[in-house]
Amino acid sequence: MKNRIEILADMQEIFRDIFDDDGLVIGPATSAKDVDEWDSIAHMDIVLSVERHFNVKFRPEEIAALRNVGDLVQLVEDRQA
Amino acid sequence: MHPLLQAPLDAAAILQKKRRIRRELLAVEPSGAVRVAVLGGSTTADLVSTLELFLLDMGLKPSFYESDYGKWYETACFGTPEMDAFRPQIVYIHTTCADLPWPQATDSADDRKVLATNICQRYEAAWQAIKVRYGSVIVQNNFEEPGWRQFGSLDAVQGRSAFIAELNRHFADYAAGDNSFFLHDIHYLAAFLGLSKWHDPEQYHLYKLAPSQEALPLLTHSLAALIGSILGKSRKCLVLDLDNTLWGGIIGDDGLSGIRLGHETAAGEGYAAFQMYVKSLSLRGVALAVCSKNEESVAKEGFTHPDSVLALGDFASFMANWEPKPLNIRRIAQQVNLGLDSLVFLDDNPAERELVRQALPQVAVPDVDGGNPASYIRALEEGRYFEMACFTAADCQRAAQYASNRERAELQAEFASYDEFLRSLEMRAEIAPFKELYMDRIAQLTNKTNQFNLTTHRYTRPELERAVAELGTIALYGRLTDKFGDNGLVSVIMAHREGQRLSIDLWLMSCRVLKRGLEYAMFAELLRRAEAQGVQEIVGTYLPTAKNGMVRGLYGELGFRRVDADAKEGEHWLFRIGMDECRQTYYMVVESNEDSVGI
Repeated sequence: MKNRIEILADMQEIFRDIFDDDGLVIGPATSAKDVDEWDSIAHMDIVLSVERHFNVKFRPEEIAALRNVGDLVQLVEDRQA
Repeated sequence: MHPLLQAPLDAAAILQKKRRIRRELLAVEPSGAVRVAVLGGSTTADLVSTLELFLLDMGLKPSFYESDYGKWYETACFGTPEMDAFRPQIVYIHTTCADLPWPQATDSADDRKVLATNICQRYEAAWQAIKVRYGSVIVQNNFEEPGWRQFGSLDAVQGRSAFIAELNRHFADYAAGDNSFFLHDIHYLAAFLGLSKWHDPEQYHLYKLAPSQEALPLLTHSLAALIGSILGKSRKCLVLDLDNTLWGGIIGDDGLSGIRLGHETAAGEGYAAFQMYVKSLSLRGVALAVCSKNEESVAKEGFTHPDSVLALGDFASFMANWEPKPLNIRRIAQQVNLGLDSLVFLDDNPAERELVRQALPQVAVPDVDGGNPASYIRALEEGRYFEMACFTAADCQRAAQYASNRERAELQAEFASYDEFLRSLEMRAEIAPFKELYMDRIAQLTNKTNQFNLTTHRYTRPELERAVAELGTIALYGRLTDKFGDNGLVSVIMAHREGQRLSIDLWLMSCRVLKRGLEYAMFAELLRRAEAQGVQEIVGTYLPTAKNGMVRGLYGELGFRRVDADAKEGEHWLFRIGMDECRQTYYMVVESNEDSVGI
């Protein structure tokens, strides 16, 4: 069971891999408009990688409702409960 | 060879680190390029970005065209201005059973037959249209088992499974009859991965992904191997250790009666099964070599074991000594006349594997579970090193050719002068215009030959047929036989005529017949035909590459004069008929048929 900080830390690693940018820093407020190459394909890659990493599966409505990284962290945290 | 892209594949890691892997691969100079059009029924962006990694890993720089989502059929039949401008060399049709209209549970056998026929006709219309419009090679997925069956087990008789089987049979028959159409067997891949991993309905509904993203590395690795094979990039030689690789135990310690091979023990059965697998590879054209730390006589004794499937005669090269393996593997590469990038090395010992990987990074060294021969078969299969897009008669004969090569090498050692040796070989060359029967082999040669190759132009079969059909082309093949056997079709020369001038566009020769004089005989025949046509001058082009330094002086030897050199266009050499003279002799009887049968 990971806490919010740990989940965010894991997510940062995932983002760094996906965007091939070891200097990338993300926070709860980070969203697609903050990262240059975060297009719809990258969005799909992020969601699928997060699902695989935390061994969870999101529903379509949940994915559609995502506005930023914080929402994604929340989703993972909720799933673990 | 990128570590993350070697089997067994870690799909999650590959998918997550795609961009990093791509950046690391792009730092290496590619050895070739390929233009691939991907026509998909489902989303293809991720497929393309993953496929790109595996193609780069093979040394091929790919460029891609993707059809609009879901428009594979329209794009195939009517083209688009962008695809026309792209001029694909390979058109990959990424359809899966997600694109199929399924029969209803209540359909009769006749209804199902009509549906299957309609579907096949639709696909065939698309393939025909691509052929006519682009003349490219086509790679088509067959169909995998469905995510759910209609009737449970009865499905195999009259449901979705039976339907898939019928479509796949039809596709396979089509592939057997068409030389520029290749079937990509996703039916096998899906079974290998497991249908529960291959099908992900949520991913399909959300992102229109078919198969699941997790299946993409497996699929694209397989696809890249197939494309590589079509372009002649498959590996060609398997180098094997002996102790605990081809038999259980250490023959130097255990003796012939102590090694485990055959039905006496379970371990022995495992090694016999591996030997059978290796033998089957050699029967379809993969060269075999041994690299073992042993006394040579002791090593060879292992093949006298009654349960040995392999025999000494199966090996093109046999290195058993106490010297470091990388050195021996280099010798093997020289003996079989192949580049290090054509070799695969299998050894149960992780230290030896690591040593060879460090010293010879171009050699593929799969990881295996030492002492477990079933893992050796799995590693070689999953590595897809020896993928074979098409199987020609020449491939069948290759093992025999390697054996007769060893005999020739032994004979040469006995002669005082090289010329005497050549005379003693009793060589016969058949040099004639291209025949339909040889076109696959000729296309294969243009893709595989790197060293004796003046211009290194690569051709797929359709491209070759087009080149030959142009007016005024002289296209000759050379087959060489000697008293030890038939070397097969080993040389190709192709020249096109403009007015009084004949320009040699393509000239290559297989390494296995170097230094026999065949090139002089080929040129003599080309010259004879050129003179008969009233040609006044012949222009030869030499395009230097990293691998073809050996033919740098060929035109000079033949009596040509160099007229210019240009960084991009290469060197141009000129031979004036009636004024220049070729003084090279050759010791072979040449047969050349006068009637050129059209293709």
